[in-house]
Amino acid sequence: MILLEVENVVKQFAGHLALDSVSLTVPENTIYGLLGPNGAGKTTLIRIINCITAPDSGEVRLNGKRMTAADVQHIGYLPEERGLYKKMKVGDQALYLAQLKGMTKHDALKALKYWFEKFEIQEWWYKKVEELSKGMAQKVQFITTILHNPRLLIFDEPFSGFDPVNTDLIKREILNLRDKGATIIFSTHNMETVEDLCENISLVNLSKIVLQGNVAEIRKAHATRTYLIRSSGPITGEDFELLSQVRKNGIIESKIMKKEVDDENNLLLSSIIKQTEIYTFEELLPSMNDIFIKTVGR
Amino acid sequence: MSKITLIIKREYTTRVMKKSFIILTFLTPLLFAGMITVPLWLASLKDTNKKHIVVIDKTAMYRKVLKSNESYIFDFVDKPAEEVRKDNGDNKDFTALLLIRGDLSKDSKAATLYSREQVNMELKTYISGLLNNYVEQQKLAAYNIPNLKQMVENSRTNIDIPTIKWGNDGNEQLGSSELALVIGMISAFIIYMFIVIYGAQVMAGVVQEKTSRIVEVIISSVKPFELMMGKIIGIALVGLTQIFLWVLLTATISYLVNSFLGTTINLNALNEANQAGMGVQAMHEGSIQNLFHLLKGFDLLKILSFFIVYFLGGYLLYASLFAAVGSAVDSETDTQQFSLPLTLPIIFAIYAAIYSAQNPDGPLALWCSMIPFTSPIVMMVRLPFGVPFWQIVVSLTILVLSFIGTTWMAGKIYRTGILMYGKKVSWKELWKWLRY
Repeated sequence: MILLEVENVVKQFAGHLALDSVSLTVPENTIYGLLGPNGAGKTTLIRIINCITAPDSGEVRLNGKRMTAADVQHIGYLPEERGLYKKMKVGDQALYLAQLKGMTKHDALKALKYWFEKFEIQEWWYKKVEELSKGMAQKVQFITTILHNPRLLIFDEPFSGFDPVNTDLIKREILNLRDKGATIIFSTHNMETVEDLCENISLVNLSKIVLQGNVAEIRKAHATRTYLIRSSGPITGEDFELLSQVRKNGIIESKIMKKEVDDENNLLLSSIIKQTEIYTFEELLPSMNDIFIKTVGR
Repeated sequence: MSKITLIIKREYTTRVMKKSFIILTFLTPLLFAGMITVPLWLASLKDTNKKHIVVIDKTAMYRKVLKSNESYIFDFVDKPAEEVRKDNGDNKDFTALLLIRGDLSKDSKAATLYSREQVNMELKTYISGLLNNYVEQQKLAAYNIPNLKQMVENSRTNIDIPTIKWGNDGNEQLGSSELALVIGMISAFIIYMFIVIYGAQVMAGVVQEKTSRIVEVIISSVKPFELMMGKIIGIALVGLTQIFLWVLLTATISYLVNSFLGTTINLNALNEANQAGMGVQAMHEGSIQNLFHLLKGFDLLKILSFFIVYFLGGYLLYASLFAAVGSAVDSETDTQQFSLPLTLPIIFAIYAAIYSAQNPDGPLALWCSMIPFTSPIVMMVRLPFGVPFWQIVVSLTILVLSFIGTTWMAGKIYRTGILMYGKKVSWKELWKWLRY
């Protein structure tokens, strides 16, 4: 089921086209990656989805209905440029932001207690934000973003400012939220996390979507027909080209490139399986990083 | 609770809880009351130290004239001045030496007052008052006209023109144009101060939200306009709280001062001043009872209500513009370029108010009390002198329409500005944002 649809959204700033007929669909209960170099238009698109700016044309639909300002209640948004009131106490601030999202004070307190305990940061409650480190403040921001149990979560560069331990914590929380039924859109430059988390992506470059779809399918489509084979003896064949062959600890590692695009993997495998004992047969899919650089750099 | 109420509440409580607000709010009325009462109180204090003045009177005519009172004791000696000076090396025995060399009716400069320290004004006026009076009598007597003294006494006049205001219903009220001026200027000045101080607070608040990067988090929950209005209204309430507390505290303190000290100060201080011929003219006008009597001639409640209306109008007009400026810049130091065009009309308004006070019905006063950028300040000066009702209506209508206009404009600049980071903004850019 589709939760969010963006259809032909155009946004023009004075003398600069920020989004040129952008469309995307986000299936419910999935993690969607919004990729692209700086200045491509990701943040503008995210702001339009959040009803912060209005598109010049096109529309955004949530659950099949045109988004209105009231729907913002169902979104949790962690902007790229994020901060907190420095002089305010952490607890008061979290409570204030939760109430702005429409939570009652009672519910907000209960939810905050749960999350502060989960992240083991209860002792921060009465601290002023200016006493927290950047990473600590980011944790508080993460909590205030997800506190009201939104159906749609939008994270703009969620991992910037986090150390590897906290990045991992946040990653796990994002997966947890997905498992509990939330739909997540996030933009990032970190392609590894895309491979780890995202099911679908859109790659935005120069105000347009240049690549879109399921991560596995995209990687497959960008496959270079190369395979890694570990075997006990050397392999040869007519239907592939041997790129390299090395011996490591008595095991022969061969990289081969299939000649015929349409040939099935099993056909290839069956031709070498007769020659020697095969330990590993793996199609070498390009990383998202390679695809990103290849697509954007063109 | 609606979202805008939440914002107002946050803006209000964080400011009212600040130490600086509490101190300023409670100290200012004390300062005001102090400014009024301390001089009166000091004047009423008697200098219990009796001061001795040595008199060398070569004519021997003035022994009876220079009468000692509870402050000053005149000791007549018959020594040369030089000797007296030597005897009194450390100024212990007397304060001053009065040397009268000749007949004062012939030579008015024949008397000199010597001392080691600067002689105070009161002593000087006291002595010259006594001598003047005596010489005057002497001169009159020299004319040898019977009853001349009586005639001169009768011809002395002291003209004090009371000003009386005619109310519409025909009743007459004792007015005081000086007091009207004072009331007008004080209220104009407070409005000026409030617009500048609270306008700057709105601007600083917006800049702070922008630089701390909280703004995008908040406008994902509320509309930018709601955030801006919440801030403006919250700070306006802070201002009203301050005014309310000031009025309440000043009234309480004045009442207490009046009931405890008022009567004693007035009678004693006034009598003393007159007797000693101190010539403290202000005492006549400034005495608290007199002041309260004159204040009854003004409809203070009416002035206070218009004060609040004009304060709100002027504040709303400027605050939204200050918010727009705050949204357009990246740091507080960058605000100057854009806030100058806002502060200039306010400063112009206070000057216009000062000139209008001299002629509250003149063309400058009239026009400046209609132009919305100056009317909140200038109208406050005119109000105590009485302003035709239709002018107030026109002025307020223009003001309300203008602040709706500026708020609308500011809202457009604001919602674009708060999301612009790291961009040097020009006037051209602002104009573009207006048309987005």
